[in-house]
Amino acid sequence: MALVSIPPFEEFYAAHRDRVYGLLVRRVGRQQADDAFQETFLRALRAYDGLRHAEQLGAWVTTIAERVVIDAHRRSRSTEKLGESEAWDGRPPHAELEHLAGELPPTERAAVVLRYGYDLDYDQIGAVLGSNATAARQAASAGVRRLRKELT
Amino acid sequence: MTVPAKLDERFRDAASAAGLLDAAYDVTDSPVGELLVAATDRGVCWIEFGPEETLDRLQRQVGTRLLRVPRRLTPVRQELDEYFSGERTTFDVDVDLAAVPAFQRHVLDELVRVPYGEVTTYGALATRIGKPRAARAVGGALNRNPVPIIVPCHRVIGASGSLVGYAGGLERKQLLLQLEGAALV
Repeated sequence: MALVSIPPFEEFYAAHRDRVYGLLVRRVGRQQADDAFQETFLRALRAYDGLRHAEQLGAWVTTIAERVVIDAHRRSRSTEKLGESEAWDGRPPHAELEHLAGELPPTERAAVVLRYGYDLDYDQIGAVLGSNATAARQAASAGVRRLRKELT
Repeated sequence: MTVPAKLDERFRDAASAAGLLDAAYDVTDSPVGELLVAATDRGVCWIEFGPEETLDRLQRQVGTRLLRVPRRLTPVRQELDEYFSGERTTFDVDVDLAAVPAFQRHVLDELVRVPYGEVTTYGALATRIGKPRAARAVGGALNRNPVPIIVPCHRVIGASGSLVGYAGGLERKQLLLQLEGAALV
């Protein structure tokens, strides 16, 4: 697989901002979309330096946006409305990960996909998840353990 | 769905204020053509001539986290406008040469002392940094000056009085020297 070089953040942002904004308006409403939009791209910017390749950056930023949506729902104490199917709109970066990680809880799924699909280190994943490296590592290994159990 | 302009601007300002960028940049018009101007948290790190240039070279110099943030560049744009209208003879904005190798930085630091409207030669500049035989190396260092205009490499000419060279093209060098009223042979 040929490596696609990482574009300047401006190019990445310009290519995906409208789609991500539309997604956020649908998911959290126009009122909250502004904050969610800013949070999504700030998290993307924090993790951007750690990207090893530019494959499917659209799916990557969708993962981040979905995570921001979940955090926003948590904050507004309406997590009970978040069904398993509702928590994931975007396509994970790789088919095998989609297949494998699809059943994991949202945080574990995001950590697994970002670690093994995008090769981010735990500092960067922590930045995306809005937590830290330790929490990101725990979520990723919990996800992997759960996958192992499901596969055996 | 198009992102509202206000939200877009808000994000750009927030990214810059949070210190998350390798550099903020903007494109501004000038009598020597469009200029790509970029700044880190420490100061102006890049000025490039011509709109045909992309972000490629800037990205290689400072990193991938580049974002167009017009507000961050407002003070620089203002000083450049004043310079080009002849109202300003020295720049007050900070310059960031952290990405520049030591020898080149030494040359550029010395170059900044050449005042508005005056010129020096490659050889004289080499002497001033204590390396009188390094005129050619000085020329190379000036050729790769990341912040032309503000770091005034246009004020360095050949011993014979000829303009010799300029990364932005001799036409621009001549224009800048004429603007400053430098006496050319």
